[in-house]
Amino acid sequence: MKVEQRPATERKQKDALKDRDALLHLYREMLLIRRFEEKTAEMYQMAKIGGFCHLNIGEEAAIVGTISALRPKDYVYSNYREHGHAIAKGVDPKAVMAELFGKETGTSHGRGGSMHLFSQEHRFYGGYAIVGEALPLAVGSGYAINYQERDEVVMSIFGDGATNIGAFHESLNVAKLWHLPVVFVCINNQYGMGTSVGRASSVTEIWRKACAYDMTGERVDGMDVVAVRQVTDELVAQAREQHEPSLLECVTYRYRGHSMSDPDTYRGKDEIKQWQTRDSILSLGEQMKKQKMLTAEDIEKIDQEITAQVEEAVKFADESPEPDPKDLYRDVYAESEAR
Amino acid sequence: MAVLTMRDALNQALREEMNRDETVFLLGEDIGLYDGSFKVTRGLMKEFGEKRVLDTPIAEEVIIGTAIGAAMSGLRPVAEMMTVNFILVAMDQVVNAAAHIRYMFGGGSKVPLVIRTPGGGGHQLGAQHSHSHENWFAHVPGLKVVAPGTPGDAKGMLKSAIRDDNPVMFIENEGTYAIKGEVPDGEHLVPLDKNDVKRQGDDVTICAHSRMLIVATEAAKELEQQGISAEIVDLRALRPLDMAPVIESVKKTGHAITLEEGWRSYGVGAEVASRIYEEAFDYLDAPVARIGAAEVPTPYNKRLERIAFPGKADVVVTARALLGKN
Ligand SMILES: Cc1ncc(C[n+]2csc(CCOP(=O)(O)OP(=O)(O)O)c2C)c(N)n1
Ligand SMILES: [Mg+2]
Repeated sequence: MKVEQRPATERKQKDALKDRDALLHLYREMLLIRRFEEKTAEMYQMAKIGGFCHLNIGEEAAIVGTISALRPKDYVYSNYREHGHAIAKGVDPKAVMAELFGKETGTSHGRGGSMHLFSQEHRFYGGYAIVGEALPLAVGSGYAINYQERDEVVMSIFGDGATNIGAFHESLNVAKLWHLPVVFVCINNQYGMGTSVGRASSVTEIWRKACAYDMTGERVDGMDVVAVRQVTDELVAQAREQHEPSLLECVTYRYRGHSMSDPDTYRGKDEIKQWQTRDSILSLGEQMKKQKMLTAEDIEKIDQEITAQVEEAVKFADESPEPDPKDLYRDVYAESEAR
Repeated sequence: MAVLTMRDALNQALREEMNRDETVFLLGEDIGLYDGSFKVTRGLMKEFGEKRVLDTPIAEEVIIGTAIGAAMSGLRPVAEMMTVNFILVAMDQVVNAAAHIRYMFGGGSKVPLVIRTPGGGGHQLGAQHSHSHENWFAHVPGLKVVAPGTPGDAKGMLKSAIRDDNPVMFIENEGTYAIKGEVPDGEHLVPLDKNDVKRQGDDVTICAHSRMLIVATEAAKELEQQGISAEIVDLRALRPLDMAPVIESVKKTGHAITLEEGWRSYGVGAEVASRIYEEAFDYLDAPVARIGAAEVPTPYNKRLERIAFPGKADVVVTARALLGKN
């Protein structure tokens, strides 16, 4: 299942990614998302979390490889499968877990839940539960950036299924037409619910949809965090410096069902196992061991630290207060500020 | 007569109509290979093949548009919107096209189309996945809107909807798929324009539809124990709105409550209450009481969500207040 990468548009091997600290950062971020999501599944089964719950397990390299290329002031718009996206953008796992628990200390004060994380501070501009909904919003942030001549970038993250809805095409068109600094990131995990890409899209190489809008399109192995990071660095630079949008397809896989309530009967167990042999976290760990950047003991120690961090998030969420019923009507409208 | 779940009653109606009429076909997201998000279409792709049970991409506008065009061109599509929340990206097709084509073209065409879709909340799915929009559709001339609350009605109304020559919004509810009820075998048709008294009573009329029918029934049982006899009128036919059983009931009880899962403002209850004022004002002993969801986007937190949606206690308290018994 080696993913054919597009002939590199003069891809320079960035020194930063041979650097131990940089690689270690990517490794830790991916492992944090993995452990966080495993714990989330456990908490869902214990009914600490309700509603729909979609996990990022399997997609860590695509998430970390892309989002780590951004600066704190850059924007991320996401969908309902966004726990890891928020964490990668710097949102505290405690606040994410608290939101999943529906607590007042959560990112959306318990009003949003798993599908609606948000952080103004981290410019994590939200998880949206309607497929394709957030792409036009990302266009809007891009327009605001150009309007005010700021040097920020917007990253819009969505699934393969989302590339078949009108909002995707409308957004790509105007992003290119208006030269907006938006990087569109498609996490192609092979399925939209139970429907494989080939049963839903006439074009199965999603990056090629960029061609229709004369936009840069790239396809990258979404199980290889370094490859994802390198191509994202280029696309982010292109957005920031030249105000040119792009579409990046990360070819990856979700190991778990669509959501916690998916019986997952539409794909073979072998297929899942196949993808797991290319697990991004294990691969990077192995690579770093080979390059003498990490020992087996280091890896064990990192895992313990991260597991403890996730436990701390659960404890925080558990001990946090519920929203006060008196506040049911709070925030339906904003108080207009005098101007 | 068999006892079936709502989900199986709907499945039976689809199967029977597909067997009866070659032009009936289904389309929607994950309705075939996946057997449907709520398993209403279970087994139908296996039985009827991929031409008649069409899995589509996530593209609501094209699902409804395709259904409209096919309906104008000789077929009888039954489109499934996975949930009503997603139809918002296709409202142009529903309103500007499906609803208006017949009249706008001077009767030159017709759109025999059914759009099946579940709405409702109460499952901690948050603001974007908990909507009840039947009033939005019921606002529009050219659409028929039905929202059955029992398996028997669901089967009979779906069969009638498929045979109707107009676009029918067939509103289901995520919270009722598992409820069971008696369902007549075979040819069982329930008209799309007849509301129905589901429980007899003398003191107060409760108008409710879909999942709220269950809430109304629970409340009526509790009121009974408190010496209050409630009549329940099922508003399964929302457009055209059959007011006859409501008016008849209000003339008897003198008190009316409307109960809906959506927001009250500009809602089903607002319409029903005005019609009661217009047609039975002199029979009322008190103003019509309207119960609906709190006017907030649905919160995720379980406790907040429970407060936001109407429940049995709201109906009981309202009925007692209406009758001056609090
Ligand atoms: C407009 C709309 N239609 C349908 C749905 C129901 N739905 C939620 S997620 C999903 C699949 C999306 O697949 P993809 O875009 O590939 O993202 P993934 O879930 O695989 O990350 C569907 C059909 C929805 N949320 N919004
Ligand atoms: Mg997908």
